[in-house]
Amino acid sequence: MSRHRRLDWPALAWQSVFLGLPLAFIVAVSLAARGPYGGVEWRLSLAAYGRLFDPLYFEVFARSLALAALNTVVCAVLAYPLAYWIARAPKRRQGPLILLVLIPFWTNVLVRLYAWMFILGRSGPLNALLSALGLTGEPVDLLFTRGAVIVGLVYEHLPFMVLPLYATLEKLDWALVDAAQDLYATPAQAFRRVTLPLSRPGLTAGSILVFVWTLGDFVTPDILGGSKLVMAGNLIHQQYLVLRDWPFGSALSLALMAVVAGGLALSRRQEARA
Amino acid sequence: MRRSLFLPVMGWGTLAFLYLPLLVLVAFSFNASRFGAAWTGFTWDWYAKLLADRKIMASTWNSTVVAAVSTALATVLGTLAAVARGREATPARKAKDAFFYVPLLIPELMLAVGFLLFFGLFKADLGLLALIVAHTTLNVPIVWLIVKARLEKIDPRLEDAAVDLGATRWQALRKVTLPLLMPAIAAGALMAFVISIDCFLISFFVAGPSTTTLPIQIYSMLKFAISPEVNALSTLLFLASLVLVVAAWLLQGGEDASSH
Repeated sequence: MSRHRRLDWPALAWQSVFLGLPLAFIVAVSLAARGPYGGVEWRLSLAAYGRLFDPLYFEVFARSLALAALNTVVCAVLAYPLAYWIARAPKRRQGPLILLVLIPFWTNVLVRLYAWMFILGRSGPLNALLSALGLTGEPVDLLFTRGAVIVGLVYEHLPFMVLPLYATLEKLDWALVDAAQDLYATPAQAFRRVTLPLSRPGLTAGSILVFVWTLGDFVTPDILGGSKLVMAGNLIHQQYLVLRDWPFGSALSLALMAVVAGGLALSRRQEARA
Repeated sequence: MRRSLFLPVMGWGTLAFLYLPLLVLVAFSFNASRFGAAWTGFTWDWYAKLLADRKIMASTWNSTVVAAVSTALATVLGTLAAVARGREATPARKAKDAFFYVPLLIPELMLAVGFLLFFGLFKADLGLLALIVAHTTLNVPIVWLIVKARLEKIDPRLEDAAVDLGATRWQALRKVTLPLLMPAIAAGALMAFVISIDCFLISFFVAGPSTTTLPIQIYSMLKFAISPEVNALSTLLFLASLVLVVAAWLLQGGEDASSH
């Protein structure tokens, strides 16, 4: 029973104008032509969509998808034991442990990426450590590599996986796991046949978050990859802020949205089948 | 026995992975040496340099103004929307819920692009105003989500009881429900403030060339070079989020604030 039904109109009006319109503009601009000095010329044109089929852009999208998939898997592998460990900890310790996951999650993304930029730099602490240990003679290039981007992506998105996983594991009925073991399942079998399937909603939610946010990321490859590793986000950023080709940038954005939506639909179907 | 060791090692190990880079950053912001990883002594110099830097001070001021105003707007709009939300699962309610969830579900880049077109097509260099509008839009769902979660735990019969005792619906809302919601509203406002202070991507796309916020300032500095000033500035920003997030967490009764 709502008693104050009409109190939501200010927020609905605000979001309609400042969220609905900007998103509608992306669609409208993607169908317009590019103005002579950047900006938009308002006539119907499908030129922007035509350019999407350039193999160059296919390659960038394929790379983004591959990196997003890799990041999702690595995050899941790292996050699962952590989330499981927190969920099985005594109740009064769970809150503070989750807070420890939340703090980096809410720390500015530039700060977190800069920390890695500093550590991986040619004269940074990691290179100093490696040469002090006698492993390297002279500084090695760690920054602006594919590896640096992957470390940054994992570092940035790990909490997105831990939090939903913990939320599911925390509510899990552990009596079912005990029952499996009473019925002579080994701990590994009990995990594979009982715990893992029961924690699937969290795993799915976390995977969706990591996948979607990685696909939309432009800052991580921009900072840790230099200009060598272009992802879909960088491409879009370039079209809007450097080349000022708004129609093509909008078409690219919508293509990215379509990929995201496709990924979501696929995971829904997988989930329904399971 | 092996299993009982595996989990703590993985758990603490992953937490160390999350914190080690930040701790290294904090430690080196006090290093006297300008170049390299050699520790040459403790210094506050880099922090003093920040305070003397007019560009950094100006961008800090901009960030604070944008965060304060957009938080105030988003807190009012989000709280009202949460309070108005009915309990029965009507199609209208589901549609409204889905609409409020949109900014949380689509890639941030899409919002950034949308705002860029929105403000760009009107050819208005709105300066801070554009940032305030964008951040408010981003934050309405955050406040709405946190307040809604708290509201669902409040017994609706409390308001009914107030009305039975002669209060109007409006009085019941103000004197009964709102005080009960206060911790959640405060937590929502804090989260909104953190999101606004931290927001880079959207601000970067929306801000005109004359407008700089703290994250935009950091970005242009780190694009230029790795320097101890950036270490110091990053440390301050990290400490600010740390304090605000812990405060929001305590306000929500130490439960998880993982409302994302």
